[in-house]
Amino acid sequence: MKIRGAQIVCESLLKEGVDTIFGFPGGAVIRLYDTLPSYPQLRHILVRHEQGAAHAADGYARATGKVGVCFATSGPGATNLVTGIANAYMDSVPMVAITGQVARPFIGKDAFQEADITGITLPITKHNYLVMRAEDLAEVMAEAFYIAQTGHPGPVLVDIPRDVFDEEANFHYPDKIELPGFKPTLQGHPAQIKKAAQLINEAQRPLIIAGRGVIVSQAYAELRELAEKAQMPVVNTLLGLSSFPHNHILHLGMLGMHGTAYANLAVSHADVIVAIGMRFDDRATGRVSGFAPQARIVHIDIDPAEISKNVPATVPIVGDVKNVLQSLNPLVEAKAHSEWLRQIEEWRRQYPLDSDPGGEHLLPQYVISQIWEATKGEAIIVTGVGQHQMWTALHYRFHKPNSLISSGGLGTMGFELPAAIGAKVGCPQEAVWAICGDGGFQMTIQELAILTQEKLDVKMAIMNNSFLGMVRQWQELFYGKRYVATPLSGPDFVAIAHAYGIEGCKVTRREEVVPAIQQAKDCPGPFLIDFHVEPEECVFPMVPPGATLAEFIKEPKREAVARGWPRRSTP
Amino acid sequence: MATTKHTIVALVEDKPGVLNRVASMFRRRGFNIESLAVGHSEQAGVSRMTIVVDGATAVLDQVTKQLYKIVDVVKVSDFAESELVARELALIKVKATPSTRGEIIQIADIFRANIIDVAPDSLIIEVTGDTDKVDSLFRLLKGFGVRELSRTGRLAMARGPAGTLGVEAESRPSRGKGRKQEGGS
Repeated sequence: MKIRGAQIVCESLLKEGVDTIFGFPGGAVIRLYDTLPSYPQLRHILVRHEQGAAHAADGYARATGKVGVCFATSGPGATNLVTGIANAYMDSVPMVAITGQVARPFIGKDAFQEADITGITLPITKHNYLVMRAEDLAEVMAEAFYIAQTGHPGPVLVDIPRDVFDEEANFHYPDKIELPGFKPTLQGHPAQIKKAAQLINEAQRPLIIAGRGVIVSQAYAELRELAEKAQMPVVNTLLGLSSFPHNHILHLGMLGMHGTAYANLAVSHADVIVAIGMRFDDRATGRVSGFAPQARIVHIDIDPAEISKNVPATVPIVGDVKNVLQSLNPLVEAKAHSEWLRQIEEWRRQYPLDSDPGGEHLLPQYVISQIWEATKGEAIIVTGVGQHQMWTALHYRFHKPNSLISSGGLGTMGFELPAAIGAKVGCPQEAVWAICGDGGFQMTIQELAILTQEKLDVKMAIMNNSFLGMVRQWQELFYGKRYVATPLSGPDFVAIAHAYGIEGCKVTRREEVVPAIQQAKDCPGPFLIDFHVEPEECVFPMVPPGATLAEFIKEPKREAVARGWPRRSTP
Repeated sequence: MATTKHTIVALVEDKPGVLNRVASMFRRRGFNIESLAVGHSEQAGVSRMTIVVDGATAVLDQVTKQLYKIVDVVKVSDFAESELVARELALIKVKATPSTRGEIIQIADIFRANIIDVAPDSLIIEVTGDTDKVDSLFRLLKGFGVRELSRTGRLAMARGPAGTLGVEAESRPSRGKGRKQEGGS
């Protein structure tokens, strides 16, 4: 029996186990939307801007490990997805974006709402398709889902002309995908694994850098086994946070530009580094020519193109992290490395992270550590990009696996709210907190409407410093304190929340922090807290651009802070 | 860092946009393409791209890996000069007067080039060979006044009996949308 292209899309989604779609309708996808009511198993969540759909699908995918799905119409609908797709591409998030296209006879004619979205998304998708026949749809959908979640995960876009949604074809869903050009390597090469084990066994100062690949591969137990057996300390990339428990003695927190001093010092002194599911991003390595000068590097990653792309690997191992670690761990000898660990403890004492500097000022570090206290570290934390993100990475002590969702590679401000919505939809039983910047929050603020419409219990904590804070910090440190285009005279976020039917409160003093967080927790629905934090607080430690990881700027003494930083009056 | 010229041969699925995918990857990652030739391979539905790249070894390693990441790219091989035979073809339109025509034809003969068009005041010369040979002929003809030059870019194949890509052509699976397929469900 023949069915319409639109039905083939929905049937394919069911075959892939999809239960949620984030989207926004329009002319080219009316038929697709018209078909949705016949598929009550597919929950459609209406966003207010297509960027929100892509970020929500991203948050959903990261929280659940499933493929996130979003819909948009042709032209502006599709181009509005672009930032969200690029974000998913950079952070290796499995996603299938389905866009409408103008009808086939109009393609290439600059028709109304036409945009060459396959051309536009070529460099930011793992693969994309323009489907010109309904009879190809099922196979394309199967391939799209397969490519999105197999190997190095990423987004795939499927562009469908509006008359292909109308066209009828038989529905046969392929149960096996055969792509001659797509054969990810999942098992590590035994000889390479042996070499890696040898290097680890000979090491005096070994160290693990664990990235998001550990989370994608769910290799938490294997990572922990390796670390404990060889007594190797573990540092995380930003997106690797929550792959290893923060309260573990071997955990050193995040490395990189705003990494902890002891993590960066450990990297700089290690003689063997086992880099697991990470890609040596420039924010993680600092000046790459001075990165880990004494270390030989074992690089485990599923993507061969990541090997020796930025930092040359002594022993590359291409494969799925979990598989590789399962083969590697038995070959690794139990060691103590007590001298190395003593040295690291010394650094930890010398440069401690201060989550509660005290004093009367309302400091974001304190707010974040209090959110950690209140949630017992059990919440899913979603952040945007900037200072609040770095403070969260440093001061929320992630111990629950996969509990941080953040925009790492692309650094997309405004990611937090829609991604938190996606995470909450995917994991309704979990507490979800969006930690937001007052700048980025306004980039996707319209998605507050979803919280009300879909009754989603997302808590929002805005670190409101009335600045585009991270840029301001660079201006303060490297551009002579010339605050060009960074001061914000923000809106009344609580009033905006109320306008959307959401509860909220404003916090200006330190003693209000704990009660406000408690109030948010007690509220049965979404809740927004507008924390008016110290405006000119900086994120420290900081590795200045162009410096090596060992050349970080330390946390300044608090007396200096009190002297130099006038409080701005808050409205 | 010293750079070397490498010839990369890629088998790609003959699908709409595949040339764009490959070219876009080179552009976005800042790899320099010296020449690029695309055409059918011995297999239906599979095109063969010959790409000459100038770059350090580490760069070439990345080129190969990044090519593999493109889903439509089936097989990639990277060759040093000594491992392959390579040819390109050029058409050269050169000014020729009654007094110079004889000399030009003589030069063409030395290069085993063919005269494929004769007009009262010009000749079109077809030459096949490696890059150096085409370059030399072009340099010699320049003195007579070259009006147009059209070159194909390099085509290459590994020496000896083995397939260039180290696989027997027949054993490679073939498939594809965008091409006609039987059944059509």
